[in-house]
Amino acid sequence: MSQSDNFEAAASGAATDVASFEDTHKGLVGQIQHTLHVNPALVPLIVLVAAICIFGLVLGSKFFSPFALTLILQQVQIVGVLAAAQALIILTAGIDLSVGAIAVFCTVIMGQFSFRYGMPPAAAVACGLAMGTAIGAVNGWLVSRVKLPPFIVTLGMWQIVLAANYLYSDNETIRSQDIANDAAFLQFLGYKLKFGGAVFPLGVILMIALVLVLAYMLRSTAWGRHVYAVGDDPEAAELAGVNVHKTLMSVYMLVGFICGLAAWVMIGRYGSVSPSATTGVIGNIQAITAVVIGGISLFGGRGSIMGAFFGALIVGVFELGLRMAGADPQWTYLLIGVLIIAAVSVDQWIRKVTA
Amino acid sequence: MTQPILKARGLTKRYGKVTALDRCDFDLMPGEILAVIGDNGAGKSTLIKALSGAVVPDEGSVELDGKKVDFHSPIDAREAGIETVYQTLAMSPALSIADNMFMGREIIQSGVMGKLFRRLDKAKMQEIAREKLNELGLMTIQNINQAVETLSGGQRQGVAVARAAAFGSKVIILDEPTAALGVKESRRVLELIQDVKSRGIPIILISHNMPHVFEVADRIHVHRLGRRLCVIDPKEHSMSDAVAFMTGAQEPPEHPQAA
Repeated sequence: MSQSDNFEAAASGAATDVASFEDTHKGLVGQIQHTLHVNPALVPLIVLVAAICIFGLVLGSKFFSPFALTLILQQVQIVGVLAAAQALIILTAGIDLSVGAIAVFCTVIMGQFSFRYGMPPAAAVACGLAMGTAIGAVNGWLVSRVKLPPFIVTLGMWQIVLAANYLYSDNETIRSQDIANDAAFLQFLGYKLKFGGAVFPLGVILMIALVLVLAYMLRSTAWGRHVYAVGDDPEAAELAGVNVHKTLMSVYMLVGFICGLAAWVMIGRYGSVSPSATTGVIGNIQAITAVVIGGISLFGGRGSIMGAFFGALIVGVFELGLRMAGADPQWTYLLIGVLIIAAVSVDQWIRKVTA
Repeated sequence: MTQPILKARGLTKRYGKVTALDRCDFDLMPGEILAVIGDNGAGKSTLIKALSGAVVPDEGSVELDGKKVDFHSPIDAREAGIETVYQTLAMSPALSIADNMFMGREIIQSGVMGKLFRRLDKAKMQEIAREKLNELGLMTIQNINQAVETLSGGQRQGVAVARAAAFGSKVIILDEPTAALGVKESRRVLELIQDVKSRGIPIILISHNMPHVFEVADRIHVHRLGRRLCVIDPKEHSMSDAVAFMTGAQEPPEHPQAA
């Protein structure tokens, strides 16, 4: 190599200290953007606290009471559990339209196995959870191995499971008293713990525990890191040594299992088992709404499960608050629509921190 | 004569009617830096992917340390001690530097928290990651927990190289490691390559940058039309010779194995 093209020598006199970036130049907006980038659950938390404060100020102690606030928790427990499931799928850049249908089908399995086949209720619950996991496994296999888009797989599975639910149950509802008399364990999660005016059914406690466990798993285990990596860029994850198939299968199966848990929560909440419960039809959309408001990116790999939980609570606060204020229920839907669009706009803005 | 540490014979890979690899041979000697050069579309990437497990060849065999190996995924190759830095870097942008360095081989805490709850030892991973980046001296990074997407292209490359250097035990494959780097950063990567070599780990270097190739390579594998055209010694040939061989402007030298 001739000396004349030794262009690199020119760099030898350059400054050798490492580059440092002054964060202060970004100003307040930049710092907020950065903080939100690091803590994606912060936006829904702020919205949640603000909503509670506003309704509390307007409605006074009617709303801002232990009873009303825990009522919100009771009203969102099913959607909250489904949203936790949905959040996992959306973190892998998928979407699951079948969560509500799986939950309803699992309630029917739990009820019919107890009453039609005389199974002990605990075994029937186990069968329901197993059925949820199995349906999740089929979804996962179709997405991961057959490489079908999650939207298509779960759109089909939604219809299949809902139809199977009606066919198997003969559209027969199992009444609450019958369950209480013969298979009380099915309603176990409806058992209410009372502290003064505050009411906590076990279903609410299960929801909160589930969110905390999933948050831990996503944050502090290798599995959680893999879920984010797969949602971020599956090819990069595969090359970096993540077993993408195994990760996706585990996520879809876990989601099926959580749908089974949602089923058990449903029986606790409603008392009865009804194959035509509305959760089968709108549960998926409610869960997606909570996840989106919770700041989880539909493109995968970003967001936190706490966000989805806060999202579900925001919807619950709006529903109860507006009903107490005597507003037309359509206002709730209108505001939730605004929140969805606002949440996605904020997500896009936060992503710009990378540019 | 010493045995090659990584040896491939008759590798063939077809994509439909396109033959990317045509009975290709490949030899990597212990402790050497072997550069692989070739025109665009010559099949360099496919060759590297076949060696790193990202592509399963239709025909042919790969031997590592004299033993036949059968890689079906990059994980297989990694477990055998072959680390690859891909041109795409294979990193998850939203995750942190430490997360990315340990992706797929996370360290779990010792004790109950690790055994029962599979809790990651984040402190230890961050410490090792910081150590490896410091060894390179390549980084201008303050925070090991910052997301990879907030790094510049050169910094990302540095993290990827550090990851391979930290874990590669038998062979390290670098695909265009200096392509996205500035002059100073390229220099550091080249120093790092020498550094890794001095530890006795052989390196396969794929590059279009002739000055870099001629500076660090012990031998140069010239790839053309899906196969090995010749292996030349950079001390005996000039850069223009190499370019002439790989573009077909000049016939390769008589003895194909200039070892």
